[in-house]
Amino acid sequence: MKTFWSRFLGNPRVYLGLLWLGLLLVVAIAANVLAPTDPFAIVGKPMAAPGGEFWLGTDSLGRNVLAGLIHGSRATILIAVLATLFAVAFGTFMGAVAGYYGGLIDDVLMRFTEFFQTIPSFLFAIVLIAILSPSALNLVVAIATVSWPPIARVVRGEVLTVKSREFVQAAVVAGQGDAAILLKQVLPNTLSPLIVTGSLLIATAILAESALSFLGLGAPNVMSWGFMIGAGRSFMREAWWLVTVPGIAILLTVLAINLVGEGLNDALNPRLADL
Amino acid sequence: MTDIVLSIDHLKVALPAWSDRKFAVGGVSLEIRQKEILCIVGESGSGKSMMGKAILGLLPAPHVRAVGGKIMFEGRDLLELPDDDMRAIRCGRIAMIFQEPMTALNPLMKVGQQIEEVLEIHTRMTPLQRRERVLDLIRDVHLPEPGRMIASYPHQLSGGQRQRVVIAMALALEPALIIADEPTTALDVTTQAQILHLIKELQRAHGTAVLFITHDFGVVAEIADRVAVMRHGEVVEQGVATQVLRAPRADYTKALVAAVPGLKPRLQELDADSNVLLRVTNLEKTYRTSSGLFGGTVREVHAAKKINLELKRESSLALVGESGSGKSTLARCVIGLESVDSGLIEIDGERISGRTRAELRPFRKHVQMVFQDPYASLNPRQRVGDIIALGPMLNGVSREQAIAEARELLRLVGLKPDAVDRYPHEFSGGQRQRIGIARALAVKPKLIVADEPVSALDVSVQKQVLELLNDLRKSFGLSMLFITHDLRVAATVCEEIAIMQRGEIVERGATAEIFAAPSHPYTRSLFEAVPGREWISSLD
Repeated sequence: MKTFWSRFLGNPRVYLGLLWLGLLLVVAIAANVLAPTDPFAIVGKPMAAPGGEFWLGTDSLGRNVLAGLIHGSRATILIAVLATLFAVAFGTFMGAVAGYYGGLIDDVLMRFTEFFQTIPSFLFAIVLIAILSPSALNLVVAIATVSWPPIARVVRGEVLTVKSREFVQAAVVAGQGDAAILLKQVLPNTLSPLIVTGSLLIATAILAESALSFLGLGAPNVMSWGFMIGAGRSFMREAWWLVTVPGIAILLTVLAINLVGEGLNDALNPRLADL
Repeated sequence: MTDIVLSIDHLKVALPAWSDRKFAVGGVSLEIRQKEILCIVGESGSGKSMMGKAILGLLPAPHVRAVGGKIMFEGRDLLELPDDDMRAIRCGRIAMIFQEPMTALNPLMKVGQQIEEVLEIHTRMTPLQRRERVLDLIRDVHLPEPGRMIASYPHQLSGGQRQRVVIAMALALEPALIIADEPTTALDVTTQAQILHLIKELQRAHGTAVLFITHDFGVVAEIADRVAVMRHGEVVEQGVATQVLRAPRADYTKALVAAVPGLKPRLQELDADSNVLLRVTNLEKTYRTSSGLFGGTVREVHAAKKINLELKRESSLALVGESGSGKSTLARCVIGLESVDSGLIEIDGERISGRTRAELRPFRKHVQMVFQDPYASLNPRQRVGDIIALGPMLNGVSREQAIAEARELLRLVGLKPDAVDRYPHEFSGGQRQRIGIARALAVKPKLIVADEPVSALDVSVQKQVLELLNDLRKSFGLSMLFITHDLRVAATVCEEIAIMQRGEIVERGATAEIFAAPSHPYTRSLFEAVPGREWISSLD
């Protein structure tokens, strides 16, 4: 049997994904060095085509598109990753408790989860932002609120199967408490599907963040890719690069996350991949 | 020779590159003649199932595939045959009976339809003829009320009945050869005896050749005309059944035969006045399944009815029964994994029934459990040392000391002490069961409840684990409640036996007495069902 790492890194698609994500991470961290000027600053004449003084041109107000792209990666990645972390933490808690205790607790928690699942998630996020007022923190809250139910479902299903395994009974017989059994015996064995679902969730969160920013519900005074597309959409015919450049950035990022996520899935569940 | 149905010539089946060996089957040559039952015996991993699958082209390609040799059937090489021809041969000329009848049947189709489907695809019978034929087949396999039976769904039938349906399907087209892959392993002993009898009867009546794959020499003795013993993908010995069973030539066969648990009862070794450790009085337990949030009680299963039991210090008692007899429920109540409805369980005079899990915690170190499935009973994400040390650490022992004790325990159960730093997946089934035993011993319990601890293991490994349990019992002064479905296993480890049927203890007594003169009819039927009983008795 090959190890997890050799299966994960032996997959060429994973390399492509990791390459792009690594580049993105460096750009996001070093944004202030790579583009020292404020992305909202007017630096040249409006609608300059790419390839001139500014590599990726300027927008309708004469702002540098490349600087926007670089700073936008920060907001987009930070909001998506934070939202996913919150969603995974809350979803795992709900799913684990529901699956482990079962019975009435399971019924109550799962009906609660279904309540969230039945509302169309994007509309729900819009409503939440409308109520909470647009800000970076509220974007995280809204995206996390609409994306935890699938995590709760996955974790609950895994906990249900793992808890019936004999090593959990052995821990009960040894006298371990419920919380310790759940944390040390059950949850470590639910990690693989959780990692896969969680990593794919980041891609969904990026799309949600971009879509909300596109509608003008993003964080004000924070440059993000969705905001750039939203601002440039009226000039699509005169200045194609305003929409296309951040659009391609979103496409590549989501694609890269999916490639890595699939790679993780194949590496963590080798039987599915091989046979 | 014209009476050869199937001949396998130097068959090689390759395994994927990451496996621990190169070939699942490494150059096997076999012949199956008309009207004979050829048993392929071997332990898990011997390649016996892969060979069966290779004949029908059911190998999980492309990772596992036949890379050499020939399988000649009716003048054609099955390995070279195009898919369409192969499909006609499957079921039509060669049929297969699987181990697990529940998964072999479609749960959404009525049993009658499933048998009829075979006829519909492969023959040109009219619907009326097909129905007649289905009823004939149902009668052939001795299923009660054929009319009602064909309108049933698989889940409405018992395991034995399902296996009969699978056999009826296999027979539907009068195949020349039937491949049966461990068809009785998932069944109870008495059902197993009936199914073996049925296969033999039908095989004689229809003149079919049968390739019977099994790991149990008892089953071989019951059914085989000829035997081939496989190990590591090679045939180590083959010959007429009586010769292989009574005078095995290969060392490996000799070892396998010697590992078959005998029917020799263990003698009562202890003095009668030693005091009682475990006392169960009037224990009652009923399972109720309800449907959802607002549903009422749907089904009730009376798993334990007025159970009374006593276990003396340093002795061991076997609870013997078939699945659904309530033996596991009783064990789970004693270990405190299940609450009782009424009745009393006392250990060393202290009541342990009716306590909450928190209240039970101080008593946990007195009773420990050895589980059935060595693959599910160890947490795959924890090191062996941590698994064993968990119990002592919860009882206040420091980690360093607990790990040091774990090393000592591993040595006692026959493993290397440095196993503490390794993960469970690095060990074989038998070794894992030793780790499970070490874990149970770690808190120095007075009583060990062993729930089918060897039923998932190969016969030769079974013997070693049973011997280990026996030795440890003596050196630790343990009492043991041993749950098993196998009278042979019960006889080798326990001084006393209690036979359970439908939640009741129907017979109880010293092993030697019950073996000499079983009084309850159910006990007698269990004895009669022991596969290869005559052969086993002749070995002693």
